[in-house]
Amino acid sequence: MLDRLAGRFLILLARLLTGAYANWVGCRPEPQQRLYFANHSSHLDFLLLWGLLPPALRYRTRPVAGADYWNATPLRRYLIHRVFRGVLVERNRKDAGDNPLAPLQAALDAGDSLIFFPEGTRSQTDEMLPFKSGLYHLAQANPTLALVPVRMENLNRVMPKGELLPVPLVCILTFGAPVALGEDETKAAFLERARQTILDLRA
Amino acid sequence: MSLASSLPSISSNVPEAARVPTLTLFMGIGAVLLFASVVGWLLRWRLGGDNAVVANLNARINAWWVMVAVIGLALLGGRTGVVVLFGLVSFFALREFLTLTHTRRGDHLALLACFFVFLPLQYWFVWHDWYGMFSIFVPVYAFLLMPFLACLGHDTTHFLARATQTQWGLMICVYAISHVPALLALRIEGFEDRNLLLIVFLILVVQSSDVLQYVWGKLFGRHKIAPNVSPSKTVEGFIGGIASATALGASLWWITPFSPPAAAAMALLITLMGFVGGLVMSAIKRDRGVKDWGQMIEGHGGMLDRLDSVCFSAPVFFHAVRYFYTA
Repeated sequence: MLDRLAGRFLILLARLLTGAYANWVGCRPEPQQRLYFANHSSHLDFLLLWGLLPPALRYRTRPVAGADYWNATPLRRYLIHRVFRGVLVERNRKDAGDNPLAPLQAALDAGDSLIFFPEGTRSQTDEMLPFKSGLYHLAQANPTLALVPVRMENLNRVMPKGELLPVPLVCILTFGAPVALGEDETKAAFLERARQTILDLRA
Repeated sequence: MSLASSLPSISSNVPEAARVPTLTLFMGIGAVLLFASVVGWLLRWRLGGDNAVVANLNARINAWWVMVAVIGLALLGGRTGVVVLFGLVSFFALREFLTLTHTRRGDHLALLACFFVFLPLQYWFVWHDWYGMFSIFVPVYAFLLMPFLACLGHDTTHFLARATQTQWGLMICVYAISHVPALLALRIEGFEDRNLLLIVFLILVVQSSDVLQYVWGKLFGRHKIAPNVSPSKTVEGFIGGIASATALGASLWWITPFSPPAAAAMALLITLMGFVGGLVMSAIKRDRGVKDWGQMIEGHGGMLDRLDSVCFSAPVFFHAVRYFYTA
């Protein structure tokens, strides 16, 4: 209860500041299992993406985040585990045999939707980084999962990596049509195509 | 405290002398909006709910009800209410403006200062009636300090363009708009305690000029006045709108310190500056490749789409009144 209130409060704050709004261009907000993948430039990213989903969908949608960052302090741990119900990935693997995507697959198997940033980290520049292979592996392992591209505009200007205070600029989230992995599509081709759909999404 | 006993204390924020004219005007505005709403319903009934022009017209009329209610509430709050309302309006306008500029990471500090230092300070000076400060704060202090803050970002790419755009945003969205509540600071002999009516006069004339230009343009518009800058503006809309809004302004002379001919001249000045504002702000939108500044106000677009004319008319109206009517 308190965790949900904290979530609502953070969403309200972020929305008041950024006046963010969602543009559902390629799909509607529907109760279908999905993986939303978006460009990543700021900590506000998943808060806004998560917060702009209708509440019924929001609580079945879990953001994927880096364990190293989010487990570092008690406040971050509280936020990511209790408020956002995030799925944490180990970005610095000690044992090469571990599958870093295992927690994501477990969440998908439990019927949850995911918010996923395929660049793996926040971009330092205004350019989107190349996608890591995670998106491809998830697409391969879950052929019925809808992969919804989301373009997040202006988040890099609101709170660039390393800045503490956000500048209030209007953020626009554009939701595109789901992308599917082609039958004989190579990993590189698929990742590049997925990245390009985000670049091409304009309000 | 019970509601009944708190009501008089709220309305006591509005000075005695301004109450009856303000109430009369709001009832008049309410009647006009009611008429517009009825026309909107009839049009939807005749032409069907899926007609885009009618749907937009109805959205605009509904937004007007909300805007009038918000302004009415702010007036009930007296000086503080008006200053807070226009401070928020400036905030939203500046947010829309700076969203469309090409700033870079190095501008972060300068942008933070615009929103969280310069804007609140400007309105604080206005609230304090400190004319000597609010009339120069942005053009002198903010103007000189902001590029310095941008220097601290250690990035000289497009430096002049970035600094200029940010300063432009501050001038239009904060400095210019703050001249609406600043009207409360004018000391006009024989008009004490009625300055709220100057705000009502300005907003009523400038907004009805926008609406009348739109209506005249839709009904009789044939010749485009500036097709490359603002394709929807026509010569017929310009002449009809300015003339009828000037007449409306003249008919409101009784709420102002002006004689009827002077009220007409003031209204003409306001509407002409408003037209200039609409044109300039439209040129900026066109340059940025957008149709509207935002989507805050349903049917109208963003805050700046509704305020572009106020931005340009408020400072000029302020100084005209100050020059001709204060000692």
